[in-house]
Amino acid sequence: MSIDWSAFTPWSALAGGMLIGLAASLLLILHGRIAGISGIVGGLLQTPDGDHRWRIAFLGGLIAAPLLWALSVGTPSIQVDAGYPTLILAGLLVGFFTRLGAGCTSGHGVCGLSRLSPRSLVATLSFMAAGFATVFVMRHLFGG
Amino acid sequence: MPLLSAFLIGLLFGLGLLLSGMINPAKVLGFLDLAGDWDPSLALVMVGAIGVGLVGFGLFGQRQRSVLGEPMRLPTRRDVDRPLVIGGLGFGVGWGLAGFCPGPAITALGAGESKAFVFVAAMLLGMWLFGQWQKKS
Repeated sequence: MSIDWSAFTPWSALAGGMLIGLAASLLLILHGRIAGISGIVGGLLQTPDGDHRWRIAFLGGLIAAPLLWALSVGTPSIQVDAGYPTLILAGLLVGFFTRLGAGCTSGHGVCGLSRLSPRSLVATLSFMAAGFATVFVMRHLFGG
Repeated sequence: MPLLSAFLIGLLFGLGLLLSGMINPAKVLGFLDLAGDWDPSLALVMVGAIGVGLVGFGLFGQRQRSVLGEPMRLPTRRDVDRPLVIGGLGFGVGWGLAGFCPGPAITALGAGESKAFVFVAAMLLGMWLFGQWQKKS
């Protein structure tokens, strides 16, 4: 391992993380909800329970963020190296298994760890380990 | 539920993903690539998010109703079971393949990133397939 100091952005990472933590706290404090994106999206696909409107409003806010960013800061840097077949496989896996495991980076990683949930700690260690292993295989065994 | 508040909280969350750089799959993969040139940024995103979250959840997590008077809907399960671990592992593989997890992928839609549309469409299909599979078993 060698740290890529040119890519490392400690202050914006910390500040951005604090905004994420603030948003997750506000959703709990004001709405009594967990800011887990896979759960918020997954709830939209289940049978209507009159609970869809806040989910759509929250996701609308997410989608509006880059528009506000473009108007004030500039074009965000988004680089996707994966090809379309990989993206489709990745999307299927992320969709199916976040529902099976009841959460993703936000629900388990941010909210669950903030709640000191043992389930979320196990889930977070699982997806981190699998993420590290997958990138190792793709980049260093197959030469990505 | 006041929809404007939910919208603004989503907006704040999305701005956090943008500021932290986590909307960028290349940066996320730079964190997951421990054996290469490692970018530790994602770890600090988690430190910042959980640091604030510990305060918010610590102060308000035990309430019966939210400040706006809504029922608190928090998970109550404490048991670690097989679907939790398999779900985490399977999600991690998908995350490592493309560098997208659900929040950044949906936020990237607003930036008009065409590959995010493909990823999110596949993710929705994966979630739907899970629902079908769950009904059968």
